[in-house]
Amino acid sequence: MAQRIEIGLREGMQDAPGDKVRRRLRAELGLEVAAVRCVDVYTVDAELPAEALARVAVGALSDPVSERAAVGRPFADDGPPFDWALEVGLRPGVTDNVGRTAREALALVLDRPFQPGEGVYHARQYLISGALPREAVERLARDLLSNALIQRHRVLSAAEHRAQGGFAPEVPRVHGAGRAPLETLSLELADGELQALSRRRVLALNLAELGAIRDAYRDPSLRAARTGVGLGPEPTDVELECLAQTWSEHCKHKIFQARVHYREAGGPEELVDSIFKTYVRGLTERVRADKGPRDLCLSVFVDNAGVIRFSEDWSLVFKVETHNSPSALDPYGGALTGIVGVNRDPFGTGQGARLVFNTDVFCLADPFRATPVPPGLLHPRRVLEGVREGVEHGGNKSGIPTLNGSVVFDERFLGKPLVFCGTAGLLPARLRGAPGHEKAAQAGDRIVMVGGRIGKDGIHGATFSSEELHEGSPVSAVQIGDPITQKRMTDMLLVARDRGLYRCITDDGAGGLSSSVGEMAEGPGGCELDLTHAPLKYAGLAAWEILVSEAQERMTLAVPPERMEQLMELARRYQVEATDLGRFTSSGWFHVLDQGVSVAYLPMAFLHEGLPRLELRAEWAPPARDDRLPPAPADQAGLLRRLLGRLNVCSKEYWVRQYDHEVQAGSVLKPLCGLEGDGPADAAVFRPLLDDFRAVAISHGLCPRLSDLDAHAMAQAAVDEAVRNAVAVGADPDRLAGLDNFCWCDPVEGPGNPDGAFKLGQLVRAARGLYELCVAYGVPCISGKDSMKNDAVVEGRRISIPPTLLFSVLGLMDDARLAVSMDAKRAGHRVYVLGTTRPELGASEYFGAVGLLGGAAPRVRAAENLALYRAVHRAMRRGLVASCHDCSDGGLGVALAEVAFAGGLGLDLALSQVPASLDALDAVHVPASFRWRDDLLLYAESAGRFVATVAEEHAAAFEDELRGLASGQVGVVMAEPRLRVRGLAGGVILDEPLAELKRAWQAPLAL
Amino acid sequence: MAKVRALVVSGNGTNCERETAEACRLGGADEVVVSPIWDLSAGETRLRDFRLLCLPGGFMDGDDLGSARAAANRWRHARVAGGERRLWDDLRAFVEAGGLVIGICNGFQLLVKLGMLPRLEAAEPVQRVTLTFNASGRFEDRWVTLVAEPRSPCLFTRGIERLELPVRHGEGRLVGAPEELEALTREHLCPLRYADPATGQPTEQYPLNPNGSPGGVAALCDPSGRLFGLMPHPEAFLHRTLHPRWTREPGLPEEGAGVAIFRNAVQALR
Repeated sequence: MAQRIEIGLREGMQDAPGDKVRRRLRAELGLEVAAVRCVDVYTVDAELPAEALARVAVGALSDPVSERAAVGRPFADDGPPFDWALEVGLRPGVTDNVGRTAREALALVLDRPFQPGEGVYHARQYLISGALPREAVERLARDLLSNALIQRHRVLSAAEHRAQGGFAPEVPRVHGAGRAPLETLSLELADGELQALSRRRVLALNLAELGAIRDAYRDPSLRAARTGVGLGPEPTDVELECLAQTWSEHCKHKIFQARVHYREAGGPEELVDSIFKTYVRGLTERVRADKGPRDLCLSVFVDNAGVIRFSEDWSLVFKVETHNSPSALDPYGGALTGIVGVNRDPFGTGQGARLVFNTDVFCLADPFRATPVPPGLLHPRRVLEGVREGVEHGGNKSGIPTLNGSVVFDERFLGKPLVFCGTAGLLPARLRGAPGHEKAAQAGDRIVMVGGRIGKDGIHGATFSSEELHEGSPVSAVQIGDPITQKRMTDMLLVARDRGLYRCITDDGAGGLSSSVGEMAEGPGGCELDLTHAPLKYAGLAAWEILVSEAQERMTLAVPPERMEQLMELARRYQVEATDLGRFTSSGWFHVLDQGVSVAYLPMAFLHEGLPRLELRAEWAPPARDDRLPPAPADQAGLLRRLLGRLNVCSKEYWVRQYDHEVQAGSVLKPLCGLEGDGPADAAVFRPLLDDFRAVAISHGLCPRLSDLDAHAMAQAAVDEAVRNAVAVGADPDRLAGLDNFCWCDPVEGPGNPDGAFKLGQLVRAARGLYELCVAYGVPCISGKDSMKNDAVVEGRRISIPPTLLFSVLGLMDDARLAVSMDAKRAGHRVYVLGTTRPELGASEYFGAVGLLGGAAPRVRAAENLALYRAVHRAMRRGLVASCHDCSDGGLGVALAEVAFAGGLGLDLALSQVPASLDALDAVHVPASFRWRDDLLLYAESAGRFVATVAEEHAAAFEDELRGLASGQVGVVMAEPRLRVRGLAGGVILDEPLAELKRAWQAPLAL
Repeated sequence: MAKVRALVVSGNGTNCERETAEACRLGGADEVVVSPIWDLSAGETRLRDFRLLCLPGGFMDGDDLGSARAAANRWRHARVAGGERRLWDDLRAFVEAGGLVIGICNGFQLLVKLGMLPRLEAAEPVQRVTLTFNASGRFEDRWVTLVAEPRSPCLFTRGIERLELPVRHGEGRLVGAPEELEALTREHLCPLRYADPATGQPTEQYPLNPNGSPGGVAALCDPSGRLFGLMPHPEAFLHRTLHPRWTREPGLPEEGAGVAIFRNAVQALR
């Protein structure tokens, strides 16, 4: 019989979490209530005497000073009156971190281990004082406090609560027994039936792929071999699922690998033989060859993350992933698993890297949207708060500082938000005489799974979510991450690494064991994976589910047999589960067994090489001519305030504050800087070793709006912005490493996607742009990821994201003490604008604010920019630069205002001194009559520009370094806290108190 | 001169152990050992071999039952392998033998919830105050100004008047019965308070006081001054380049102000 313990704050205590809920009810749902009080509910599903329950309720689960516990009766009975009680609990099978910790605490305090089937489950109760109708309480549950995909809620009025004696105990246990049976599936079917099979089982295989599998099974030698291990001629469900995972777009990047027939603006057809090989890997190979002995790359595109040289003793590992679909369904869980998931990429690279920082970039729709969202989608405000909190919990609880990120808004992210999560790690350059970035399992090594248990979590990812969820059926579409289980695991594995207890490590991510073991088995050439003892969260899973489950917090190791005992002993001590799941072989077969019988037997070569390639069509044409300009503004100060308050420009302090960006004591330039610690840093500078001043700058660029003009410009602007941000804080432009994340809308044309060929054309343009600029800048891509299906179809309407390339950069610095921040430092310093401003206002914040969508895209002039970046870096190494700020969204006007208010110092400026030119490359979109105006000069978004301030005594030396490059001294820093701008005609066009500008910049997202 | 061996306890969600160990080294400890709590409960690391015990920040057990609540259960109830002794017995013996203890952030929350701060009773420990959710309801990372209580018996804050450190917590607001809080002030057991940098006076004003602690209390010590806990992170300010305005303030000393707290501990043990 399950029993409830309810714990809440004593009367008179401020209920800060409850107050926060009350504020959100007002801000997000427009509901006014007098009070919300939070109660934690523990449902103990174990036979425990009343005395023991009372003891743990007070001693182990509640705080004797601030809280009161009620055992077997409602907490609310002894408290102030309320109008509604709402209780939100997890659905069966959803990761319950609080319940898990409570169970461990009870077992420890009572000295009584929990038996299988027994458990403790957590739920959150809200006692609401406010005269709301029941419908409103249901709505706040649905739209704010509960997500029906993973949670369920119950509502009681005060009268019902009294009459029923509170909520009855509810145990979200998964009911299941034994192993679900193995099935075989014939592929000797007509085309239509094959496709139906793929759909029914969510295999996401096309006809050519299914045909290739069918043909392979017809091979007599395969059949004979299968007979030898007791399998019939038809594939088992385990085999089909394993192939579907291994061959999925997610794992094999089929679109990036496809043969693309590309045609541009009616020109001849060109063949792009794999976008990935031609452009992404191609650029890295080219850059590495160009760099020769100065090449930083150690391991690129072959492991879970890229590896570069940091020092003689240490290498840096970096990866950025996306977690878009899960975040659309459950923003909190999606982002949380996004961050703890990408943590495992550097952790599973080489021999395993200690994690040193995270990055996060979100692309969202307007959080203040007033109109209702289409059914099936979540309101952007809820997505925003959910993903923010997911990264907060994932990063903070893992002890990894979140150092760099941004939030970009566009209406088209309503259908699918983009959630980019990145993690870097520090890896010993050598371990026991071998390079730390190398790893290889050997035949005979044991397969050991470490960390969390296997459930139905994440099977088939988000595609499964369309199935109706019902009582007793665990949730598989959405997952909740468990940072503490992962932290225990990574703590333990770093010790195992240093003791040499394993030979190879990789993470269990997409595709679960089928991918991790399948990949590790490539080296030795086979495996015998035995699922019999695989640790499960609950009974009732089929063998195929165990194999492809994407349950979180797991790593797979290859352990030499003679190290097994030590490894298992270490795992026991650290309270980490580790299970022997068989061995690697050189048999040439991917062999899976379960409970004594074979359930899969696939040739390794077919598993990894059997996938037929896609043939795709792509086309692109430039947008129609649009050379409109806005009318000259009457109120320059008002325009600047308006642009500072644009969602893409305004302060993101709300996010940054809630992320720990200082743990590990290496954050030399933090995301917020300046006099009051609230200025927008261009990039972070991090010193990963406590006894070494070498540092790394972390930056990124993304400009999705430019895709409306040309994805080539979009990609190059992203790369340039990332590089420029890194250079602005002191990174060496000749020692940068990049990482590309392509997030696209479906680029495969089809009946539901008529402009697929154009979207693929945009992808080709973007990849070319990336190639050209990275080669010109000498920036290799060390790793990357593509996510190709960022569309939502709601009410028959397709919402596609703007094609987006996120480019992240690591920049090496010899000495963190030479880092430069963006805030103005002293009155009397000179202000310079570096780089040329051109009539490039297409897709700018200014144009967006006045409703113009076309115009000339900013085009990157690689040679010109690189020369400038090198000069700026030389000046920084000589200590000549007091501040440096990148000039991007909102152009010079925004950049100058930020430099001023971050430093708490005024600027007195003359626009006539800004280096400018009329030679836009997209001249067709610039009217022939174009003449510079103050507003156009202030808000053009040309690439390659900085605002820098320089002390008077360094001015000559600084100008010397910049000789021959576009640079203008536009004014001086002044003590008076105002931004004063003299227009091209000489008169003062803007003279604004910094406080006003800063308020305009801070207000919009001060949530 | 007595050798000072420092133990930094890690594991189970603790995450500031590396920089805390570095702070001990910079503070002059002769030997610093970082050991997971699992090695303590295995009996492999023994508290009695050390003089300074550091309980660093993090999220032990995820703070799932409230900050450091589950961790306090662990310290109180977990047995040391090979006997009936509990971790708690070893901790108590360590204190009775004259060892110094510093708890930072999550470690401070642990000391409070174990009933070791503000005073460890001779008999069964009693939790007299607590640290709970910030008034804002949010976790925040921000730098604060702290002023020291000159009359405090605290050995860790000797000679310190004022310093800047970052806070990074969601549960740092001190709560207790009014008479209990008055006694803390009367006995000078609040060695550090959040202060307004303009006046140098303790403050309850957000964000200068980031969590709404009454009287700006940021730290507690016991009457002996040997047990000390604080919400801000001294181990996060080991070098001037970790100060948020170092690029604007060329006059900052090379050593970060956080080191002084650890140096004081080492000096007191000499």
